[in-house]
Order: sequence, then structure tokens, then C-alpha cells
Amino acid sequence: MASDPQILSAGAVEAVQAPPTPLAAFWASFCENRGAVMGLVLLSLIIFVAVFAEFVSPYSPVEQFRDFTKLPPVWVEGGNWHYLLGTDALGRDTLTRLIFGARVSLFIGLTVMVVSVILGVALGLAAAALGGLVDVMIMRIMDLILSVPGLVLAILIVAVMGPSLTNTIVAVTAVFLPRYVRLVRASALSELGRDYVTSARVAGAGPLRLMVLTVLPNCLAPLIVQAALGVSEAILEAAALGFLGLGAQPPVAEWGAMLADSREFIRSNPWIVTLPGLAILVTVISINLFGDGLRDALDPKLKRS
Amino acid sequence: MLRFLLKRLALTIPTFVALMFVTFVAIRMVPGDPVEVRTGERGISPERLAQFRHELGLDQPVWKQFADYAWGLLHGDFGTSVVTNERVLTEFLQLFPATLELAFFAMVFAILIGIPAGVMAALKRGSVFDQTLMGLSLTGFSMPIFWWGLLLIMLVSERLGWTPVSGRIDLIKFYFEPVTGFMLIDALLSDQAGAFKSAFHHLMLPMIVLGTVPLATLARMTRSSMLEVLSEDYVRTAYAKGLSPFRVIGLHALRNALIPVVTIIGLQVGSLMAGAVLTETIFSWPGVGKWLIESIGRRDYPALQGGILLISSIVIVVNLTVDMLYGFINPRIRHGQ
Repeated sequence: MASDPQILSAGAVEAVQAPPTPLAAFWASFCENRGAVMGLVLLSLIIFVAVFAEFVSPYSPVEQFRDFTKLPPVWVEGGNWHYLLGTDALGRDTLTRLIFGARVSLFIGLTVMVVSVILGVALGLAAAALGGLVDVMIMRIMDLILSVPGLVLAILIVAVMGPSLTNTIVAVTAVFLPRYVRLVRASALSELGRDYVTSARVAGAGPLRLMVLTVLPNCLAPLIVQAALGVSEAILEAAALGFLGLGAQPPVAEWGAMLADSREFIRSNPWIVTLPGLAILVTVISINLFGDGLRDALDPKLKRS
Repeated sequence: MLRFLLKRLALTIPTFVALMFVTFVAIRMVPGDPVEVRTGERGISPERLAQFRHELGLDQPVWKQFADYAWGLLHGDFGTSVVTNERVLTEFLQLFPATLELAFFAMVFAILIGIPAGVMAALKRGSVFDQTLMGLSLTGFSMPIFWWGLLLIMLVSERLGWTPVSGRIDLIKFYFEPVTGFMLIDALLSDQAGAFKSAFHHLMLPMIVLGTVPLATLARMTRSSMLEVLSEDYVRTAYAKGLSPFRVIGLHALRNALIPVVTIIGLQVGSLMAGAVLTETIFSWPGVGKWLIESIGRRDYPALQGGILLISSIVIVVNLTVDMLYGFINPRIRHGQ
């Protein structure tokens, strides 16, 4: 049976070819979803522009060109090639302010997400692990937050603490925290009953190690999906606060606040009103597309039909 | 069923107490002295100041203030506005019908379009219609509604001149005492020619704006729920025994597909209230949302406190009712209990 060594080795290679790594499998599944890839590309572009705002934008967001106020974009009659997307009532370059606005919005969205994930994991794991009174207390407080409509709660918090960028983040985080806590608690509780957790416990893992190293990694998939979609919701909520004059204060270029400033020009200069809203919409759509893709790729159980 | 009901009711009581406590504490953390807001910040004699403090109960110990506040709430006293000197509950009840009318018609708009569209998309899965609808639904879901409102005003009101920009009715032409608080119904009852048309024109844009996010959510939910049901055995059985597609879809599939959708409709109340704040601000719709925002501007904290408490209470009660009704429309849950 001394067969051709070449054929044998080829067969062996085929036999031991490793299955795709989890990351590769995830990526392949993510790329099947055209919308998700589109979302990712758009989102990367927005992130790039936001990070390198100083280099990408033609001017400073607060620089006022008093001779060129309320210009329309360049493709409309009366546009000026120096101000591609026109200028606002104070003569500030709209393109520049939109770019810096992307930075503000993404910063808010990501900060809210990171803080709520950290707090949500801590509180959710604590509720699941300790049970009893701690669990009841934490979940009652979360129920309380959920009983107040999101934006109304954010308005109350900002009214008490005063409008600013930081307080916007605090308010929006408070609004979205309960869903992270509930999610982590629910998935941790369902994992706690599994055999591998019992065996880890028997092997002598302490409570902290058990929760953080054994249980938490198995709760991550839904958490990541929630976090991705949470960023877009946080951006919308923060923009709404900005629009109501309760978010970042002037002269910060924030999309919601830019819209609020533009309201009086609704009749005369529709472009000033249109562009900031379009920026919010495109950003939120791209994050939602990306988040839906993540959901389908990471968590087949949650997959939408 | 009764036990479940009582347990759910009992669970809401601590939420109410905590809500009372939180709004009470929050308002005391607000920078600025409420007495100064009321009297103006000019120099005022210490005696007058002390008298105002006494009138507002601010010279009492904090626990006593909270006890008085809670006692007042239990007797329907949600405080007094420092700006209008009117009872907060009275103001709220005057404005709430406007919000209710707006939210009601926004939901009707969302249901009338969202559910049929979702069913159609599920039946023609993968078609151009389906893909377009899902794209639109994603857009609606991601829409900053305050911008959507401004866009519609620009297009429909300014460019086309079809609808008015703000308010509930043309106040110059029509005046009548509110009967139901629903402007559409009051306009009909008033017997004034053109009043109903004016009220409807005023309602249209705010209704569309507030209804957009629920519409997107409902269309999506209906579609996925319908898809799930269509693959069930009983639907296949219904087809197999020769029922017409119309009967199978309308009678067998739709009724089951709508169970989760009905719950979603109920749970939209919270976000409708949040959306109403923005919609009312854009369209100068005289409801509780606009009033809440204006209270912040006027530093009318008792109004803010009472308003938030009232809105949250409504949301809690509605969510509770939805929970109860869910057991009612879904026999699987009822018998499982």
C-alpha cells in the first residue's frame, strides 16, 4: 500500500485544515449582509472625519465670515466654492461645523455606551450573583428609571444639573442604563445554572472570578449587539436634548443645537435646516445597519426573519 | 389570574413611592432658591422672605416637607405653579387632552399604515415592496423626529401651503368652548362651517411626525411576526383543507401574528410621551410636552415636578393595563398561569 506520498500529503492537509476561527466565521457571516457592510463603511468614514476633524475641515468651527452669512451649498444658485455646504447665520462654515458635530455626537454616543456597559455589567452581575436584597434593590431602581419616558427623564436630569455636554452624557446614560443591567442580569442568571459554572465553582473559583471570567464572556454576544444599537439611540437622544436647548451649549457645534439655531430660517434658508438633520439621520442609519449586521452574525438566536 | 394581577399591582406601589421621592429630591437639588424665583431676585425684606418660606412650607424639616408632599399627592395635590399660581393638576388636565388627541391619532396613523404594510411585506417576502418597506422602516426608526417635523413644515406648509404651521385650529376664525378636549370632536360639535377641516389640517403634520417611529416599529414587528406565523403547521393545515388564501391569512395567521404587535402598541406609550415633547415644541401644539419644556425655561419647578410625576404615572398605569390585557388576548399565557 505504498501509495504516492504526494497524494497522501494532500489528503492529510485537507483532513487537518482548521475550522475557521470564530473571528473569521463572524466576519464571513457579517459580510453576507450587504446593508451591514454599507453601514460599516459609512460609519468608518464618519469616525475618520470626526477623529481628524482639524485636518479634514476647511476652517475652524467657530470662525465667523461676516461677509458670507447664510450661503446655500455650492450646487445651489448663489453658492460659493469656498464654503462647500454653505454658511450659517453667523457666517460659520456649515461643512466644518457638521464635521466637528460628528465628533461631538460620536463622543456622546460612545461615552454613553462605554459607561452604561461598564455600569450595566457591574450592576447586572452583582444582581445575578448576590441575589436577595441587592437584586431586588437594583432591579427596583431600574424599573423606576424605566417608568419615566426616556426623554422626559433626561430633561429632568438636565434641568436639575444644568445644561452642558457632560450632563447630557449623564442624563442619556441614566436613561439607557436599565436595559444593559436587565440584559446582563438575565443572561448571567441563565448561565449560572449551567454545568460549566458549577464545575468552575467546584474547582474552587471565587465569586468574583466566577462571575467575571466564567460567566461574563458567555453573556457578551447580546451585550455587544445592544451596545452597538445603543450608540445610535444615545446620539438621537442627545441630539433631541440639544434641539431643546438642554444639551451642549453654544458655540459647540452639536447637530441638535445647530438645528435649533436654524429654526428661524426655515422659510428663508432651508439648507441651514436640512443639513444637520441629514447628518444625524445618516449617522444613525449607518450605526443601525452595522448593529443589525452584528446581531445577525453574533447571535443567530436573535436573528430577524 | 387574580393572583398575578394583585402581584403586579403590588409591585407598582414601591415604584410610585420611589418616583415621589426622586422627584421630590431632584427638585430640591436644583440650583437657585424657589423663593427667589417667585419673588424676583431683587432685594426683599427678610420678613417677607420668611413669610414666603413659611407659605411654601420651606421652613419645615425636610422629612416633614416630604411627608406633607406625599400627603398632598395622595389627596390629588400636585403642587402649585410658581409662575401662574395655578394648581399643577389643573394646568395638566387642561393641557393633557391636546397631547392625548395628538398621541391617539399618531398611533391610529401608525396602526392603519404599519400593520397592513407589514403583512404585505411578509406575504411578498424578498420582493421589491418588501425591501423598500424595510428600508423605509429603518429610516423611520432612525429618524430624528424634530428634524422630520421641520422638513415637513418646510415642504408641506411653506412650499406647498397645504397645512398651517402651528397650533390646533385657526383661532382667528373659530372659537368654541372645549367639550371633550379633542379638537376634532369639539369642532364637529361646534357646528361651525370649516372648523373640522381647520382642526384636521392642524393635526395632520404633528400626527405624521409623532406617528413615524411607531409606524416603522409596527411595520417591522408585524412583518417578522407574520413570517413566523406563516410557517406554522396550522397555516399549512388551513391551506391544505382548501381554505381561500384570504381566509387563511385574515383569519388564521393574522390573528395570531397580531398578539405580540398589540403588546408593542401598548408599550409605545412611553416613547409617544417622549416624542410628544418634541412634536409639540416644533408645532406649538398646546399640550403637556410643550408645557413641560416651557416650565424649565420659566424655572417653574413645581410644575416640572408634578408634570413628570403625572406623565410617569400614566405610563405606569398603561403598561400595567397592557400586561393584564396580554393575558386576556393570549390564552396560552392565561392557561399557563
